[in-house]
Parts: sequence; C-alpha cells; structure tokens
Amino acid sequence: MPETRKIDLVIIGGGPAGLAAAVAAWDGGCRSLLILERDVRLGGILQQCIHNGFGLHVFHEELTGPEYADRYIRQVQERGIPFQCDTMVLDVSPQRLVTAVSPAHGLVQIQAGAVILAMGCRERPRGALAIPGTNCAGIMTTGTAQRLVNLESLVPGKRIVILGSGDIGLIMARRMTCIGAEVLACVELMPFSSGLTRNVVQCLHDYNIPLLLSHTVIAIEGRERLTGVTIAEVDPATRKPIPGTEEKIACDTLLLSVGLIPENELSRSAGVSLSEVTQGPLVDQNLLTDVPGVFACGNVLHVHDLVDEVSEESARAGLAALAWIREPASQTGSGLEPIRVRDGKGVRGIVPQQITRPVQLPKLHLTFRPDAVYKQATIRVEVDGETVLRQKRLIMTPGEMAVVDLPTGRFDPASAREIAVHVEVNA
Amino acid sequence: MSESTPDVRELICINCPMGCRLQVTVEQGQVRTVKGNVCARGDRYARDEVLNPKRMVTSLIVVPGSSEPLSVKTRTAIPKDRIFDCLKAIRACQVRLPVRIGDVILPDVLGTGVDVVATRNLPDAPCQGSGQTA
Amino acid sequence: MFDVTVIGGGVIGAAIARELARYRLSVVLLERKSDVAEGTTKANSAIIHAGYDAKPGSQKARTNVLGNAMFEDWCAELDVPFRRNTSLVVAFSDADLPGLADLMARGHENGVPGLSLIDEAELRRREPNIGPKARGALLAETGGICCPYELTISLATHALLNGVEIRLNTPVTGVSRENGTFICQTPQGPVVSRALVNAAGVYADTINNQLSEGTFTITARRGEYVMLDKRFGPAFKATIFQMPTPMGKGVLITPTVEDTVILGPTAEDIEDKDDVRTTAAGLEQVLRVAALSWPQIPTRHFITAFAGLRAHCDRNDFILGEAADVPGFFNAAGIESPGLTAAPAIAAELAGQVADRLNAGKKDTFNPPYLARKPFRLMSHAEREAAVAADPAYGRIICRCESVPEAEILEAIRRPLGATTLDGVKRRARAGMGRCQGGFCAPRVLELLSCELGVPQTELTKFGGASRILSGTLGEMAEPQPRAAQERTGETHA
Repeated sequence: MPETRKIDLVIIGGGPAGLAAAVAAWDGGCRSLLILERDVRLGGILQQCIHNGFGLHVFHEELTGPEYADRYIRQVQERGIPFQCDTMVLDVSPQRLVTAVSPAHGLVQIQAGAVILAMGCRERPRGALAIPGTNCAGIMTTGTAQRLVNLESLVPGKRIVILGSGDIGLIMARRMTCIGAEVLACVELMPFSSGLTRNVVQCLHDYNIPLLLSHTVIAIEGRERLTGVTIAEVDPATRKPIPGTEEKIACDTLLLSVGLIPENELSRSAGVSLSEVTQGPLVDQNLLTDVPGVFACGNVLHVHDLVDEVSEESARAGLAALAWIREPASQTGSGLEPIRVRDGKGVRGIVPQQITRPVQLPKLHLTFRPDAVYKQATIRVEVDGETVLRQKRLIMTPGEMAVVDLPTGRFDPASAREIAVHVEVNA
Repeated sequence: MSESTPDVRELICINCPMGCRLQVTVEQGQVRTVKGNVCARGDRYARDEVLNPKRMVTSLIVVPGSSEPLSVKTRTAIPKDRIFDCLKAIRACQVRLPVRIGDVILPDVLGTGVDVVATRNLPDAPCQGSGQTA
Repeated sequence: MFDVTVIGGGVIGAAIARELARYRLSVVLLERKSDVAEGTTKANSAIIHAGYDAKPGSQKARTNVLGNAMFEDWCAELDVPFRRNTSLVVAFSDADLPGLADLMARGHENGVPGLSLIDEAELRRREPNIGPKARGALLAETGGICCPYELTISLATHALLNGVEIRLNTPVTGVSRENGTFICQTPQGPVVSRALVNAAGVYADTINNQLSEGTFTITARRGEYVMLDKRFGPAFKATIFQMPTPMGKGVLITPTVEDTVILGPTAEDIEDKDDVRTTAAGLEQVLRVAALSWPQIPTRHFITAFAGLRAHCDRNDFILGEAADVPGFFNAAGIESPGLTAAPAIAAELAGQVADRLNAGKKDTFNPPYLARKPFRLMSHAEREAAVAADPAYGRIICRCESVPEAEILEAIRRPLGATTLDGVKRRARAGMGRCQGGFCAPRVLELLSCELGVPQTELTKFGGASRILSGTLGEMAEPQPRAAQERTGETHA
C-alpha cells in the first residue's frame, strides 16, 4: 500500500473559492499545498457561466465566468501551485486524512495539516419539490441545462418555462432566448424575485419574458416528454395555490431554479457541524469549522450572489488556514467561550456564527440575508443587548447577501457574550 | 405625446445591489432630472439608459470538431436595439482553433466599433499542475 | 416458432422466463417498454410481505408464504439486495388492539411463522420514532425488503444467459390461437409459440380475454409514494404498517435496501392504464396519514415522488395456471400485492406446469447468473485501490452522490441486457439516484451512453419511446427572435 502523503494544505475544490484560497495561502508563504478538483479542468461552475457580470469588485472589469476563472487559474499556474483535476475526494476524516481517487493517480490518501472545504453547491432537484405529474423527460435544473448548452453545444428544449427567478433561472432565461429557444415565462413563488435586480432587468425585461410573481407550477403534463405545465397564482401569505387561477402553458421543457444547497457530504464525513439555516458549516471569524484545522469558504459555506465575494472570503480562509498550519493553537482560542453571533429580527443565516477569542481582527465581516424585502431599512448590530452600530440601506432583499462590517473597537471583545444583528424598517 | 410635455420614465439602476428605483424626466430628447439615485453612477446610468441604452452581449459559437462551443462577448456594450443583429452576426462566425481568451473573433461588430472577443481558451489547459509538490 | 412466449418483462415475467430457461425449451420474452421492470415492478413499496394480510385459502396467501420462504435465497443466488427487516402492524388506539390478534390468527391460518404481539413499551423500544398514539403492534419476523428492479434486471439477464430471447420495445397488439399455436402480433411482426404465458400486468385481462372464455377484468389501482433522503434511513428499522381501520387501509413507512425511506401508497382505481402521474391530493394524503406513524416527517428532504399501478383483478385473487379452456395458455395475472413476494413461488410453479404441458425435461447445464462486481461505493479501501490500479475508469467518479465510477457506468451499458437509456443506467449503476438526482452526472452519463451505443446524444432518452432528453444541438437552433412586450411583465418586488 502506498504511503500516505503529507501536505500542509489540501483544498477541496478548484472553483473560484479553492483557487482564491490557494493563491492567498501561497502568497502568504505556504509552499506545501494541493488543490483537488473533480472536473477535468479548474474553474468550477464559472466555466459554464459564460455571461458577464463577474469581477466588478475584484478586477474592476466586467468579465464573463470563464475569464474570471482564467485570471485565477493563471495566478495558480504562474506560481506553480500544485493542482490535480479529474480527482474526486471520497472522504475527509475528522483527523484531516483526505482520501481521493483519480484515473491518473489511483486511490490516494493525504494527511493534511489543514483542509479547506470549497466544494460549492448543488441545485435542488425536481424530486425534492414533488411537483405532481410524471417523471417525464424535459425537466431539469437550470444548472444542468447551462452545462449542456454552454459546454456541450446541446439544447434541452425549444419551448421553455422556468420555475424560480433565482439568478441561474434569470440567466438561463436570457441564454435560452439568445440561442433561439422560446422562453414563455419565469414563474416565481414569492412576491419578489430572488435574483439580482440587474439580472431581472437584463435577462427578463430586456427580452420581454414575463415574470410571474406569486405563482408556481402545480402540475406537469406529459407521459414520456413534457408537453406542458399548469401554473397557478399563490396566496402571498400561505404560498398555497389559489383555486380558480390555474392556467396551462404548453411547453416542452421545464427548467428549475428552485434553490442551491451547499454540497456538504464531505463536511459531514469530517464531523463538521452544519447550520440548519445556511446548510453550510458553522464557522468562526477565521472561517474555521468546529473540526480543528478544517476551514470552509465559498458556496459550500453559504450561497453567494457575487463571485467577487467568494474570492474575498476564500482568500481570508487561505490565510487563516496558513496561520493555523504555522500555529494550530492560535485559532482554537484561549479556551474562552466564543462570542455567539445570532440571527436577530429580519435576519437569516449570519456567517460567521461565532467569534473565537482573542479576536485578532480590526473588524468582523458579517454576512446574512434579510428574511423579506425591506425598504428604507436599518441594520442594527447589538452586543449583549446594546446597540453598537446602525447602518441604513435603501433596500434589502433575500436575493442579495447583506454585509455589515463591525469594527472590533465598538465593543469589548474580551467580555462580550453575544452579537445580534437585526434589520428594521425606519420609523 | 408632444415633445414639449415632459415624459417621466421609471427604471431600476443595475449598477450595484442597491437597485435604486430611478425616475427620469425627459423633455425634448434631453434628460432634465434624475431622481432616486444615491450616487453619481446612478445618475450617469439613468441618462445613458434612457437615451442610449447599451448592453454587453455574450454568446456561443459552434466549433466544428469540438463538442464545446466557443463562448464570446462584445468587449464593451453595444446599443441595446442591436442585440439580436449582434447574435446573428456572431452565429455566422467561423472559428479556427486554437483560440485564446481575448482573441478577436469578429472585429467592429455591426459597425459599432466594438470587437467580439473569445472568453474561453479552446482547447483548454492541461489537467494537472506540476510545480512544487509536498 | 418458439416453445414458449412470455408476455411481460416485470418481476413475474422475468422470473417465469428464468425458470423456463432451466428446461429444454426455446423461450422468448416480449416487453413493450424499453427495459424490463418499467411497469408496476419499478414503482411499488419493495416489501416482502409476511403473509398475514391475504385471505386464507387464496392463491395470494399460498404463494405469499411460499415466496417469502424462498426470497432470501433467491436474492442471494442473484446477488441482489435483500434485508429481512421485519414488519410491524401498528395499532393506534386501544380499540384497534384486538384487530392485531385477528391479523395474527389469520397469519397462523396462512402458515406464517414468526408472528407475535408486542406491547407499546416493546414497540417504542424497537422503534423510538413511532408516533405517540401507537399502542402496540403485530410483529412479523419474516417481513423483508428488496430492490425490485435490480432483482428483475438480474432475473432477466440470467434468463438471457440461458438462452431466453428478450425483445424490448415489443408490445403485443393482439393475440390469437391457430392450430394449437399462439400468435402474438407485434409491430415487429408475429411471434409464434406452442405455449403462452401471460404476465402482462395491468394489461393481462386484454391478453386473456382474447383467448379464454374465462374472462376477467384488471383495474389499474394507482399508488403514490414519496421517498426521503438516505439520511433518514435509520428512522425506522422495520417496515411500519398501520392497522386497517374503518377509516381506511393506512399508509406504510419503510426503509429501503439503499437506506432511503418510502412513504405510501394511496390506492386509487383509474381508467387510464398508462397514467403514472403523482397528484397533489395523493401526496397530501400520504403525508397526512403517515404522520400518525411518524409525526416529524422531514418534508424538506424529499428525494422524489412516484406512482405505480397495481393490477387489481375483479376476482380479488391471483389468476395462476393454465386456462381450463385454452391448453398451453398460462396466466400469471392480477398480480398486485403480495405479487413481488410471491414471485419466486409463482415462477417455479408456472414454469413447471408449462414444462409438463410441453413434455420438456431440464437442461443438463444451467449457466450461472450475471454477477456484477461489488460496487465501488461498498468496496473497502484496499478493494478500491486494486480496482483503480487494474482499470483507471474506476478512478473517475461520475456520480458523486452515490460514488459511481465511470467503469460501473460502462459496465451497466456493456453488460448483457445493458442500459440504453438514462434510467436504465440509473437502475443498474445507481448514477442519478442520489441527492442531486442526476444534476451533475446526467450530462456525463449521456456522453458515455452516446459513445458506447454509437448514437448521438440528441437521440438518447430517459426511458425509451419519446422521452428524449435533448431537443437537438446548438447548431440546429433557429435564429433567436425578439419578442413583443407582453401584457404582464410583472415586477421585481412586490
């Protein structure tokens, strides 16, 4: 049996999160690291995101997904950072033993000093919604359709209904239109779109594709291949279909954009605790999970809207992992109780969920999603019941991740017990 | 509507996640006022979008002998009303591999002064990085 | 001309064909869909019943008990999963407890071993997740679970390896008898044989009534199910039945051999024998009734919902054996529950009867079944190492959710009675069965199917017929056209 390799930093996932973490760790001085990627090339999901809108913050340019990926891939190649594609990680043990398999290298085991989980997320499938009807052909998630069209020159169908107005749904509404298909409607359960405003305007409005808010698909028609869907309006309060509002739309394809779920099977096998809200690992301000030496960043931690934010977060994870490798005790803290970070009123899925002491950062980068649309709102941060920060926002929506940076100087990091973040409508 | 009556257009600014709702008053083909923006970018966007809306176009070109299509983009935005003509022009392009990111596939598309460039390397880079290992 | 034609490639037809293959007989199996197990067999609760439920003296009761006793060895021979996880019929009120004793008595009359009554404390000890109203249960130790489609594929393949000809995509459009031979009309031409076995599922009445005066009617009884994520596999160990009450038959909860959980079924008689749609009302009913057994059903963790049609016969029993007025014509009809359990018994009996009718002796050699390699996901570390070293295609994992390597997908396609569709790959290799339901692996499976079958991806189907996955290639698409402003473009925010 070949001996187990020892590598200081193993990064699981060669998409934007893994790449940014690797570059940051390398630039910080790490020379023993390896990126493991399951696809045949680096870049992750960006490779199929041929639309623009990436890199506005990081590169101050409007890049497409593959171009953004290429920027980081070149950084990896220029630095000579080791990576291995066509490689599936099968297991990560709580002791950071990584088991991976690839055609070229066979089954390998790597004892990692630190592991960065950067596996991204998957889409919620049709089965999870249990939409009535048959399991006919012609139904797939928008991401799968995106891969088929943008990477394989294959078309799922010609008369399309899209369920869900998340960003991928909006992007694919435009993409399918631009390749010559007919997109009949984008159907959204909520009374608002969960995608970026920019995408609603540039993918639906620009192409006169109807966005049917407070609607859902209640039945699928077709025995072998989809022939149509039945949609209905829903009651905004209960989200249940309103009888009498049913409408049939003849179509041959239903694309689903009904939720992204962080891909945490490996995290579970490592014993990492997950948040019920984000579906991603519970982490502290250094993106360290509750398993020593295991960090998480990118969509596997919580689903992001902008890849620029993924890169920023993942760079922090890379540096934190490097600091861990150099001094493991430094981040498990001094044995003091961590500061709890709580979802307050109007807030869902704050990351990080706890702050380890000593804090060692000038500010805490808190991200979350509001639980509804709020106009003329204030983000209010409380420490142990006392308001320490207020920031105004003209508008907040669940489709756009909110960020609030809390300067550490605003409270006493040594004695604080709990931070709570609230969203309130201005009086 | 006669030119002398001001026309108020509503649009959503797309520059950043704020998505400010803008009200733009247009009179005699000129923007008179912009309301609802919180920054100068919003003001500029409003003026451009109302009088001269532009969009970047991204598309795919089928490459014979490659299962993977070539993804391309207009380097900068082109007039919004030319999107479909632009898609048509891109579709008609013949591409010879290899192609690298940034290669000009279709110069000065539709006489807009904007080039259509490749956004992907085709064929792509190798599957493994050498460099220093543990 | 064949000695025997078997109509129907479900578990019954495949099992009978495989038993017939032991005899010196030429056998052809005709299946209307693109794969075996595409009908009722792939959409049921996969339970091997103990046998207390069936009416004493009926064929159902007799073959249930016989089949249950044979089932474990049957599956072991074919190397397909079987788990004797036991069954519990739960009473949810004190008033219903005497009913459990009645069921047990009926079981005893049917010759069912391993029956006992357990009290609430014992029930809760065994099944901590059982709902608060549970008061006691009938424990049936012989209850089990299997994977019906994996079993059927294995049966059919074994038959194939022993000379049975399997014709898929071959519906029987008419059947007649002439000069002592049977003629099955199919789109590919007539199929002639000396004997005919009717295992045509919901269409068994159509076949029988064209030949025999002893007519019967099969009603398609639709049952809807919902399946939960593997994570909840440990919720219950036994198959949990609800004691039938005046309110209705109740809904069951069962782990599967893959550790997912199935809830269901409903029971709705329908006109259309091809209607396998799930319905909103059906799902609601399943969840509402199952809640008695399991108040905390994790509704956010559905994997899928599906419906199957049971062949309910108006004679309320299986119709097994040679038709009195048509020598050489054998029925295995009206096979609803406990049909799966009864399958090994039905197959052995019927094959024997057919062989007797045709005076056929047993073959000297009977080739062993096709045994697929141990799946990668179940291999030990050392086994995985060896597999990848011998074949790099074991090193490329295509389906991450179920750890299925490329080698297994290729094997699923290349093997005898190999997959030709996406669902065919799914049922043989498990790729696409997991949490993402093929979201990531489907494009790669399509590529492999295309390569192996020499067929463009655009012609591949989900399960045969018109179920194409793709409409065409990018290059074939028409010019994109702008579209006029619609009346309702909607708003981005309320």
